[in-house]
Amino acid sequence: MRRVLVGIAILGILASGALALDVPKLEARVTDLAGLLTQEQIGALDAKLRDLETRDSTQVAILVIPSLEGEALEDYSERIATAWRLGQKGRDNGALLFIAMKERKVRIEVGYGLEPTLTDAISRRIIQNLIAPNFREGNYYQGIDAAATALIQVVRGTYTASEPPERPAGRRSGGRRSFDWIIFLLFPLLWVLGSTGKWGGGLLGAGAGTYLAYAILGTTLIPLLVGGLIGALAGGVVGSLVRAASRSQGKGRGGFGGPFFWGGGGGGFSGGGFSSGGFSGGGFSGGGGSFGGGGSSGSW
Amino acid sequence: MNKGWLIGLGCLGLLILGALVVLIPVWNSYNSIVSLEQDVNARWAQVENVYQRRADLVPNLVATVKGYASHEREVLETVTASRAQVGSVQVTKDILNNPAEFQKFQQAQNSLSGALSRLLLVVERYPDLKANQNFLELQSQLEGTENRIAVERKRFNESAQMYNTRIKQFPALIVARIFSFKEKQYFQATAGSEKPPVVDFTK
Repeated sequence: MRRVLVGIAILGILASGALALDVPKLEARVTDLAGLLTQEQIGALDAKLRDLETRDSTQVAILVIPSLEGEALEDYSERIATAWRLGQKGRDNGALLFIAMKERKVRIEVGYGLEPTLTDAISRRIIQNLIAPNFREGNYYQGIDAAATALIQVVRGTYTASEPPERPAGRRSGGRRSFDWIIFLLFPLLWVLGSTGKWGGGLLGAGAGTYLAYAILGTTLIPLLVGGLIGALAGGVVGSLVRAASRSQGKGRGGFGGPFFWGGGGGGFSGGGFSSGGFSGGGFSGGGGSFGGGGSSGSW
Repeated sequence: MNKGWLIGLGCLGLLILGALVVLIPVWNSYNSIVSLEQDVNARWAQVENVYQRRADLVPNLVATVKGYASHEREVLETVTASRAQVGSVQVTKDILNNPAEFQKFQQAQNSLSGALSRLLLVVERYPDLKANQNFLELQSQLEGTENRIAVERKRFNESAQMYNTRIKQFPALIVARIFSFKEKQYFQATAGSEKPPVVDFTK
């Protein structure tokens, strides 16, 4: 019975998650969905935050939304921070200044790595002393600008620019990508081999099987060997079938018996082969930082 | 190649294939269960961390409040007692597999949550205390910690749910039986414990 209740509770959470306010797409350091700021103001804030990132690798983003639409400030802000992954991977040096206009609520969400410097108490002070008074007067830009400046001052010195900002996620998928292209180029070659030579089918199958094993299980030796073996077996069988079929059809097209993926032992084009990622195209993307609910909330 | 050779090779191939058909799912299931369990354990460590962080704040908070509201003895004593109770709960490695132990842990933490929110309510009556810089710092730290607890609990529950679902699926189900992977406990929402104590700074 209890198990059932827990299941229902989890279903409820999942359902509410599905219905809840969407997380806006991260395209820039300053995202103003409420139309609060002018282009110049956004540009000025962006320049400030960009400078912080190039020097210290710390990523700070600002999001202004028109309304929370009934969602709890902390829950929504945590979801955004988790989705945006501000801060560098492993350093978790990201922070988010989140403003909900209709509810007149502000939150500073702080990444794990910034928690020791940008403490909850300091976040609270920034909200209380810089944002709230300005916002009450309607000076939104001044409030945000003062908060951004304070945030930058607080986190400066946390991480020196001794190492350039790293993008491990991008680099890794880049590596995978080039490997995929090699496989892609190898296929026509293997096709010729597979349909003409005696051992081609087996070879092709072995290649495809090994790659499949690599794609699914990673670079562990035994799965690779096993994958290769199965691929070789399947490839050999399919290859000889293809050859037998083309032979029975007469001379045909010189043994090119069927599409190249026949001998592939189950297909080399596994999902995730051409995964995206890595290229942010001049926009802005999170570096892979994690958040754990640190920070402070307030209102004006 | 003669016929006997071919048949022999075929049989060998089939045998290998058969063995692989059995072994590969077992292999995959085992590995995925292990990595999911590792994730559950890591999340649990985070949960313990943030609860510890809160427990560490309590003595300072009590001392500060005492300076201004010493005659709120009952509330202060409840907080101290709950804090002591939280400290006395033995958390073993087996806690996630042991419903009784998990329940005890959760109860102790919940009673501390309750005591702390009552303390923060009482504090509303003391303007001097509310203006005290030290208290304000502690209050924002406590508020932040309660939010961290909510976040880590949620993540732990998600992780435990993934693990529990995995060990109930076929064929991981069989692998879980063989290697005795047990179902993990969840945090359950109790009235009032989901929400951090409400602290309104605008007043």
